[in-house]
Amino acid sequence: MNGRLRAQLEETILPPIVALLIAALVGDLLILVYGQSPAAVYRLLIQGTWGNAYGLGQVLYKTTTLTFTGLAVAIGLQAGLFNIGAESQLAAGGFAAGVVGAMLPAGIPSVVLLPLFIAAAAIGGGLVGGAAGALKAKWGAHEVITTIMLNFVVLALLNYLTVAHFKVFDTLHTADIRSGALPRLSAVVPAFHGSAANVVLVLALAAVAAAWWYLYRSRAGYELRAAGLQPGAAEYGGVKVSRVWWQAMLLSGAVAGIGGLNFVLGYKHYYEDSFASGMGFLGIAVALVGRNNPLGVFLAALLFATLSQGGLAVNAVVPKQMVEVLQAVVIIAVATSVPEVRRLLRGARRSAAT
Amino acid sequence: MTGPAAGFAVRLTGIEKSFGPVRANRGASLAVAPGEIHALVGENGAGKSTLMRVLSGMYAPDAGTMEVDGRDVTGWSTAHAIAAGVGMVHQHFMLVPPLTVAENIVLGREITSHGQLDRAGAERAVAELCARTGLVVAPGRRVADLSVGEAQRVEILKTLYRGAKLLILDEPTAVLSPPEVDELWRVLARMRAGGDTIVLITHKLDEVMEISDAVTVMRHGETVGRVATRETSPAALARMMVGREVALAGAAPLPPAPAHTATSADRPALEVRELTVADPRKARAVDAVSFTLAPGEILGVAGVEGNGQTELVEAIAGLRPARAGAVLLDGRDVTRLTVHERGAAGLSHIPEDRQRRGLVLDYSIADNLVLGQQRLYTRRGALDGARIADNARRRIEQFDIRPGDPAAPARTLSGGNQQKIVVAREMGRDFSVLLAAQPTRGVDVGAIEFIHAQLRAARGAGKAILLVSADLTEILALSDRIAVMYGGRFAAVLPRAMATEEVLGAYMTGAAGQAA
Amino acid sequence: MIFLALVAQTVRISMPYLFASAGGVLSERSGLIGLGLEGYMLAGAFTAALGSYYGQNPWVGVIAGVGGGMALALLYALCSIRYKADQVVVGVAINLLAVGATRFFLRLVFRSSSNSPRVPGFSVVETGTGFLALAHNPLIWMGALSIPAVAWLLYRTPFGLRVRAVGEHPGAALSVGVPVPKVQWIAVALSGALAGLGGAYLALDQHQFSDQMTAGRGFIALAAVIFGRWDPVRVGFACLLFAAAETMEIRLQGTSQIPGQFVQMIPYLLTIVALAGVVGRAVPPAALGKSGD
Repeated sequence: MNGRLRAQLEETILPPIVALLIAALVGDLLILVYGQSPAAVYRLLIQGTWGNAYGLGQVLYKTTTLTFTGLAVAIGLQAGLFNIGAESQLAAGGFAAGVVGAMLPAGIPSVVLLPLFIAAAAIGGGLVGGAAGALKAKWGAHEVITTIMLNFVVLALLNYLTVAHFKVFDTLHTADIRSGALPRLSAVVPAFHGSAANVVLVLALAAVAAAWWYLYRSRAGYELRAAGLQPGAAEYGGVKVSRVWWQAMLLSGAVAGIGGLNFVLGYKHYYEDSFASGMGFLGIAVALVGRNNPLGVFLAALLFATLSQGGLAVNAVVPKQMVEVLQAVVIIAVATSVPEVRRLLRGARRSAAT
Repeated sequence: MTGPAAGFAVRLTGIEKSFGPVRANRGASLAVAPGEIHALVGENGAGKSTLMRVLSGMYAPDAGTMEVDGRDVTGWSTAHAIAAGVGMVHQHFMLVPPLTVAENIVLGREITSHGQLDRAGAERAVAELCARTGLVVAPGRRVADLSVGEAQRVEILKTLYRGAKLLILDEPTAVLSPPEVDELWRVLARMRAGGDTIVLITHKLDEVMEISDAVTVMRHGETVGRVATRETSPAALARMMVGREVALAGAAPLPPAPAHTATSADRPALEVRELTVADPRKARAVDAVSFTLAPGEILGVAGVEGNGQTELVEAIAGLRPARAGAVLLDGRDVTRLTVHERGAAGLSHIPEDRQRRGLVLDYSIADNLVLGQQRLYTRRGALDGARIADNARRRIEQFDIRPGDPAAPARTLSGGNQQKIVVAREMGRDFSVLLAAQPTRGVDVGAIEFIHAQLRAARGAGKAILLVSADLTEILALSDRIAVMYGGRFAAVLPRAMATEEVLGAYMTGAAGQAA
Repeated sequence: MIFLALVAQTVRISMPYLFASAGGVLSERSGLIGLGLEGYMLAGAFTAALGSYYGQNPWVGVIAGVGGGMALALLYALCSIRYKADQVVVGVAINLLAVGATRFFLRLVFRSSSNSPRVPGFSVVETGTGFLALAHNPLIWMGALSIPAVAWLLYRTPFGLRVRAVGEHPGAALSVGVPVPKVQWIAVALSGALAGLGGAYLALDQHQFSDQMTAGRGFIALAAVIFGRWDPVRVGFACLLFAAAETMEIRLQGTSQIPGQFVQMIPYLLTIVALAGVVGRAVPPAALGKSGD
């Protein structure tokens, strides 16, 4: 029992650590190439993120969005589906919330409106995810390709809708929402002043807890994971696998969509074209590093948010794009070390056992 | 196995091969004389295929030595093995369906002219080879369009094209019809006459006696012994395979069926009417099959695999749509019901493929013990962990599942214990009809006896059981009546007393009962 | 005259698609998903600009472009073939890596976050329909030949037969001594080289590298591979079709009732339709994406 737990823990924890080491090494190289001292740059990176309240606030803001997109990808993967479409689902959710918000009269309390906004964002993202799910369930169209293609289709559609119908003159964003905007964390902790961190972070934490319960404690989660691990066995166990597929994609899209509230309700109070840029793809990284476990997703979101904000903090010394490279390196290293570490560990255990 | 190395075409010594925690070969050995047909026998999972894949270069052994024609070839690659004239025909064909027969045959050793593929040349070479060996198949056809027998011919041609003088065949008859089997034996005999050496992996002892010159027996990854065929008997081989005396076909008579109660006699527990099931490849995998099954009865379904048994069971279970016909459970039409609804109506199902269907391998024993019944263990959308744990504790004890840790993933258990999870779950639920498909496949002898005892007990308790098995011994030992499935139909339904291996064999091969 | 100009523009626009999708066909037919095409192409565009700038010769750029695309493809091969990492994850990461790395080195080498200085290219002064400029650009000829070349490789050579076998049933190929990983490595490397050429075409045609200049063209190429059902000739026509749609969008800009965004959706929507099998199902190579098991 203990041995197995330890083995599981090793297989879960080691790959991200290996990946971070590789990323740090690549980072050293890039920094040296740029003629700077790695130690100084990393110090700057930490100071600019966890070293001051503003930086931390920005990290938390980015963590919030990444938690949602990471959870979305993780839920899909637990059902055996690769949702590459979090990018457009996030945008669609934000768009739906922005449009609803712009049509509301002023003066309605946020508490009353929050469920409405959540519903709007969930429907926006859920429609996109659900479309890919339906294509898979009904016609067997591979979700990796359809979600990629839907990214382009949906982003083009949102661009058209914004430009042609909803934008404020001379901008690429919708009108300000008049009711329902959520307070920033600086309202409670003044030190966060200026940072975008807002109450949607609490929503993200709630989503982490809900996703954990759903996946590991509910019957629907039991069936969803079974469908992901072994569709044949799930079907045998009375699960309608194709229904699970489209429902999982619907849910995945909805969760990604709710992530749009972070920008729309918490930060700018309007929908802006391409606000979601890159956050959906990073969600894949977050789910991967978090090993599809909701709690792991949150920790991984913190990591990627730190890197992302850290890039800005060091930009004066080395290009912030260094961080984009490092994020990619982390993904590649985790993806590569997961099977490799497992092989090595199991090989080592076997030879230790005999 | 102590003869001089030079005298053997193949000599494997002390071969070790593990896959993760599974030790497939533990010090296995094999010695094959040149020009003989050598049978390699053993139960499923004895490590025969692994050992032959090591010989053919697909796997490198973890330890041990390999000699071919007196030369040390330990750990060679498939390319080396092929170059040395060693060819293997795999149980699951190693053919690329969209490519043509000729393309499949020349793959890896292409005929070229000016650096380009020479298609005409390849087809000519294949046609020539066909003519020479008597294995006829059109070189230009797509492999996807071939019958199973034809595909096997292509597999053998592939090895001969590469100049194989040592041919390894892995369970070649599992998918063949009787005339195809006869033809295969003719081809092999002809090859032997030409001086080639053949290793035949099988677990069918009649085949061993019919065609082989010598036999090597494996058990649990080890080699148990090597004997000349004419100096042994099926009973002796069976003893070596399982490691102790075994009762051969039908030696364990059933007690008489319990007297039917008045109500159950009127209404069959399961009735199948004119059931037709479509298959993506064949038009009718199951072709208008009808039968009834009474409470307290075991109906055995015998037959060569691939004659519609899988489709029949899955259609009754609700895993495959019926194209026509009806399935009635206790008189109630369930043809349109879902898997779950049929379960609730009293249908229990031990699926033939526990690894793919019967278990979620990464789920714990406890979670697997409620698969299919998860709705019964749910309270307001949440799984009831306490009841699931309680259920697991009871079943583990009752069925002696090892290890007994409810949290252990099913993947880590042996095949026999995995099957016990499935059996425990399906026989522990409230059911009136049990579909038991290959219930003891790949399971060790102890577990087989346990599972058989469970099936007998269920019969005694008035349950109706449809037993589908490729193992005639099992069918004969357990069934009250025996149906033989051939070409998607029931070729015959016989009372146990009338069924012998000979009679069943005739129906299984389509030799008898064509008019029926 | 206008028609010829449209054709010329379609040909120009189709070039990156032809290069990258020719590479995509090779990669996918060998069983490796071509998700990284966009990244190979972007890397190729950057190294091509770099090569042409420092070599002061577009041919140096072409060679460098091949190298850049191939380098990323080899990284993909290393992770997914050698280490059996998930192809989709690595493919996505390759694209992120290409964006980040080209930006980083753009700043490092050219001290700019938007574009490189002007670099030598092949084009001559535009005249009339633009056909003359096309004919003088050797990359145009290479692009036009890339699809037939891949078709020849796939269907007429022993290597191609092996690629097709490996992508459908690697076990079968292995059992007859085909070195499966090696075949896949070569196929992926070639796909990187071809996509890199597509990037080189872009950079040399515009006489510069600019940030994210591939702008999703690698994904359109992937769409063409699927829409063309993994057959080089059909894929070539898919590229031309997508390029023609784009040409129409550019020509009709502002004058048409149909918003440009909807025209942009065409390749992606067609691909989804092809995958859903509304008009004949697109069935991928059987072992596509399965190097990880």
